[in-house]
Amino acid sequence: MSYPLFACGGQAAETASAGSFPDNREEEVMEDRFQMIGQYLMIRMPEEVDHHQAVILSEKADRYILKEKVDHIVFDFEDTRFMDSSGIGIIMGRYRKIACFGGQVYAIHADSRIQRIIGISGLKKVLHIIEEDGHEQ
Amino acid sequence: MNNREYGNRNEMELTFDALSANEGFARVAVAAFTADLNPTLEEISDVKTAVSEAVTNCIIHGYEGKPGKIQIRCVLERDLLHIEIEDKGTGIADVEKAMEPLFTTRPELDRSGMGFSFMEAFMDDLEVESTPGEGTIVRMKKKLGCEPFIEQEE
Repeated sequence: MSYPLFACGGQAAETASAGSFPDNREEEVMEDRFQMIGQYLMIRMPEEVDHHQAVILSEKADRYILKEKVDHIVFDFEDTRFMDSSGIGIIMGRYRKIACFGGQVYAIHADSRIQRIIGISGLKKVLHIIEEDGHEQ
Repeated sequence: MNNREYGNRNEMELTFDALSANEGFARVAVAAFTADLNPTLEEISDVKTAVSEAVTNCIIHGYEGKPGKIQIRCVLERDLLHIEIEDKGTGIADVEKAMEPLFTTRPELDRSGMGFSFMEAFMDDLEVESTPGEGTIVRMKKKLGCEPFIEQEE
């Protein structure tokens, strides 16, 4: 079986996946979470954003960044009911990859809980939080 | 049935494999254990985040992705929740350094270095005990729900 997670990440990807089950079902579900709109990569974040999900999600996002012409990334938290610091790691890691070309990161549909976590982490300096009315916070 | 029948004390222990797939199970199990105290949604969320951070630390740093067991012990004393999360992994040489915000030994795994900061922010009290080569115990406390008000009626 060729396991796509190992396809492009090299050493880091292998260590990162060591603690998780290779689960093809999760891979498939993950696929619909990514969408290119113009130069924006839209990522619909899962219901629970933890280390387990973060490993799969980051890998997938990085492949999009390599293959597609991703200028900016929008993280959509509409489905998200739980997030820990792994979520901060996903956003920070992706931002580092696109920031050198002037890329920006945005968060939409972030509830008060997720905004609090973003606030504590200091991520607000780079992450634009877009409110329901379309204005930036 | 409620925990007052046992002298205001309720205890549980949980041992599971250090697999990232168990992170969700661990935080939900601890949250469910506190249900008797009628914690607010905010409090449940805080506890879940703190447990998730500690368990993730055991998997990534304690066992470095290798097989191992994680043990969680919870005690409810009236409205005070004690959580102990233990691994028998590599341990932390410099606990103070590890607890600094944004400090991480695994930046290549996209770790934000915010784990201990989140535990501190979402719980009332945090203690970390670690011996290099033997493992780490994280102890957290949080006051929950409205038990004292019910208590006054007696």
